Amino acid sequence: MTPQRQARREQLAAAPINIEVSHVHKWYGEFHVLRDVNLAVSKGERIVICGPSGSGKSTLIRCINRLEEHQKGNIIVDGTELTNDVKNIEVIRREVGMVFQSFNLFPHLTVLENCTLAPIWVKKLPKKEAEAIAMKYLERVRIPDQALKYPGQLSGGQQQRVAIARSLCMSPKIMLFDEPTSALDPEMVKEVLDVMISLAEDGMTMLCVTHEMGFAKSVADRVIFMDRGEIIEQNVPDEFFNNPQSERTKLFLSQILNH
Amino acid sequence: MTVQTTSAPIEKPPVTEVGAIGWLRANLFNSKSNSVLTIVCFAFIVYVIQAVVPWAFLNAVWTGTPKDCQAPGAGACWAVIGEKNRFTLFGRYTYDEQWRPALAIGLFLLLVGASCIRRLWGKALIWAWVGQVFMWAILMWGGVLGLTFVNHEQWGGLPLTLMMSVVAIVVAYPIGIVLALGRRSDMPAARGLCVAYIELIRGVPLISVLFMASVMIPLFFPEGVSVDKLLRAQIGFTLFLSAYLAEVVRAGLQAIPKGQYEAADALGLGYWAKMRLIVLPQALRLVIPPMVNSFISTFKDTSLVIIIGLVDLLNAGKIAVNDPPWRSFYVEMYIYIALIYFAFCFTMSKFSQRLERDLSKATSR
Amino acid sequence: MTDRRSGAQVAEKPKTAFWNDRDVRAVLFQILIVLGVLAAGWYLVHNTLTNLESRKIATGFSFMEREAGFSIGESLVPYSAADTYARAIWAGIINTLVISVIGIFLATILGTVVGIARLSTNWLVARIASIYVEVLRNTPLLLQLFFWYALVSEALPGVREAIRIIPDYVFLSQKGLRIPHIVANDIHGWMFALFLGGFAATLFWRRAAAKHQEATGKLRPLFWPTVGFLFGPAALVWLFAGAPLELIKPVLRGFDFQGGGTFSPEMIALLVGLVTYTSTFIAENVRAGILSVSKGQWEAARALGLPNNRSLRLIILPQALRVIIPPMTSQYLNLTKNSSLAVAIGYPDLVSILNTTINQTGQGIEGVALIMAAYLTVSLSISGFMNWYNKRIALVER
Repeated sequence: MTPQRQARREQLAAAPINIEVSHVHKWYGEFHVLRDVNLAVSKGERIVICGPSGSGKSTLIRCINRLEEHQKGNIIVDGTELTNDVKNIEVIRREVGMVFQSFNLFPHLTVLENCTLAPIWVKKLPKKEAEAIAMKYLERVRIPDQALKYPGQLSGGQQQRVAIARSLCMSPKIMLFDEPTSALDPEMVKEVLDVMISLAEDGMTMLCVTHEMGFAKSVADRVIFMDRGEIIEQNVPDEFFNNPQSERTKLFLSQILNH
Repeated sequence: MTVQTTSAPIEKPPVTEVGAIGWLRANLFNSKSNSVLTIVCFAFIVYVIQAVVPWAFLNAVWTGTPKDCQAPGAGACWAVIGEKNRFTLFGRYTYDEQWRPALAIGLFLLLVGASCIRRLWGKALIWAWVGQVFMWAILMWGGVLGLTFVNHEQWGGLPLTLMMSVVAIVVAYPIGIVLALGRRSDMPAARGLCVAYIELIRGVPLISVLFMASVMIPLFFPEGVSVDKLLRAQIGFTLFLSAYLAEVVRAGLQAIPKGQYEAADALGLGYWAKMRLIVLPQALRLVIPPMVNSFISTFKDTSLVIIIGLVDLLNAGKIAVNDPPWRSFYVEMYIYIALIYFAFCFTMSKFSQRLERDLSKATSR
Repeated sequence: MTDRRSGAQVAEKPKTAFWNDRDVRAVLFQILIVLGVLAAGWYLVHNTLTNLESRKIATGFSFMEREAGFSIGESLVPYSAADTYARAIWAGIINTLVISVIGIFLATILGTVVGIARLSTNWLVARIASIYVEVLRNTPLLLQLFFWYALVSEALPGVREAIRIIPDYVFLSQKGLRIPHIVANDIHGWMFALFLGGFAATLFWRRAAAKHQEATGKLRPLFWPTVGFLFGPAALVWLFAGAPLELIKPVLRGFDFQGGGTFSPEMIALLVGLVTYTSTFIAENVRAGILSVSKGQWEAARALGLPNNRSLRLIILPQALRVIIPPMTSQYLNLTKNSSLAVAIGYPDLVSILNTTINQTGQGIEGVALIMAAYLTVSLSISGFMNWYNKRIALVER
């Protein structure tokens, strides 16, 4: 283990817990999709979640900003427990940014309007200020020149970068990524990953569902493997990839790395 | 670092999430406002049931005379339907010969049933329909095979309604195709004429087209040629429907990818060969569901012939309850007729929805 | 795909037989079509003229100046049997427009409610809404009109036992709905002027609020100020003037009510029939429009922290309306066209009055032409508007 890694680990151990998921269960009808999931995420920690499709990884991060409801257990985000209380949910959604597999940009608004919408209507910022912030983040994702176009006029990679900028405009403390590169053509994956790496370098707390193992190796503090609704194995990337413990993890890694 | 060795058991969801309770919670009481809505709806249903059931069933008079129906406390008078059923269904058709239209309807239903089975789609089915037309002509008119002749001015009721809608769609269909091709052609004169016709007809109510047919068609032909009411109404419907079918077919033509046209051109096919062999077979398959919907509208619209005095199903029912002793039982008769229309239209629309799903599955594969 | 005559080809093959040239063929074909249509047209017109002559029917619209001699059950324009046909037809046009406008307004509200109800997560609400839609869509409108008319004129109590919806003021009976008339008062004019002023003030307030939000980000209240501006000044003036409201109440005298205004049974049946029937089609449009906005849009809006009502207004509705509005206008047109079924239950709309006119004068062609011209005017102007609208939203999109 390199000294840098060691330092990073100590730093994280000292950091406060940002997300705490304990004994969470969820069912879709009769189907037990999350089984007793426990997870604590420190402030500034970068976590990659992987696993076969249908393993519940997307459901887990969608529970964290309550796009899905869990039915048993507790989720505490930034000190606020997720309950049916609408006010709590709104507070948490303000703190947590989310990037979707299918971008979900608003097609009837320009790129700039997509980015300023939430700052104006949720944070109640003046329009000028919101636009300044939006332009800052659009520059950060390297597409300020597309600000006045509509999402339909952009490539997939550009759209996903706008979606990231849109989330950043709310200055979230936590970012959730739900397979952000799965819907992209191969040549566009890198431009999105680059943006995510630069975010990671800034110390953002990140939970990322992805199959980009290169990204996991270089950025993640912890890799979590989920299968059939439960967390099977979690470890630092080096150990996870070089020395997987569980048979299911080995099988999964062999399938995904041999591609 | 951490490996979970013992797996958490796959549990049954909490009882509040599945089964009857779960279903109720998810579908009726998933929030405060929904619970209120559920209770309001439930109260509404109870109110309707307590208002309708005694009238329609408990106190209803199923058989009997108008006197029985007017007795105090009597509910719906279904006796009127038993009494007037034959007239409602067959109009003024010779009473003793009414088995003939009944048989014709039976044949029609059989063939419609067969047409709904996609395995049977093919040439044989088309010939069966052609044969059906002749069977109908023989059954309805008679005059051959020992059947007594019944003039078509006596036709009425359900057979008339069915016949007018079927003839209208069969004749309007090719006209609609020609109009649609014309509207998409690049010859300005042909296109202009087709657009003018389609927009004119679609811009005016059906009633005015029927008026036009009944007022102007007699004037259109030289002295001595007479066109009777039934034929006039039929022409009106056909003209009207062809404009709507043209738009349906046009939508189908537009849905065919440009590559198909180009491929046909590249094979050296001429315009007509291209349309007949490549484009139309695909486009017409695509538009079967909207065609069924057009047929449903036409079927409902035939009720408008009451305005020019033909005795279709609705008018027959209306005339039937004009009989003084039964006069106050309009509502029962209308409900009966509505049920007949509903049975036809609902089945067809469900069929067209299923077909749409099947076809879209077939094309997306 | 029309580059069928590249210059090189023409130069290479100068000796195309002219009947094989595609352009020549197209022209010939079109000439044939036009000639065919003209010939058929000439044949029909010729026959018509001969027939008219032999039946001694004069053509032309001069009959419109003659006295109509029939009365009209209800009319917004002053009309008596001694007026001309032209005036009777005018009354019919106004009646058609009145029915259409009221019908469109009510059908839109009802249809939107039913459409949203069909999408409700509440199973019972969704079921009831879909039964409503299926039953009304799958039976003929004319039958429904007859049904409503029979219900109003047979099932409702007689005048003497009229249902008192608001006792002493509003009565419902076989003879229709009776409502009180408001006696005109000078103050009403002032109230109307203040209402218009309030409307302008509301617009001003909303614009100022938008500017304020743009500058500071703070939201100003909109709903209550709007209500206040619209109705406040008018209500104050009315109260200060001593709340003058004199109503002519409908009073039962003999066999009918006297005084007040009436919605006739025909009008009620026609309105109920048209509104409920059209609302089912509008409901399907609304449903399809809302379904056309993907679930991801809701999720993205929520993930950004927008509350549900804001997500609906800022994200979902703007997208759904684009899908909803074009078919909605064709439903409006259908309602207007279907209002011609009034002739079957005796509401004096345009078609009904022209029908009487045709029967009295024998001017069938002119009558039908007038009906068609009136409806075509409405249809073409609405579809013209639609084309303009579609182009506009297409431009906004990209």
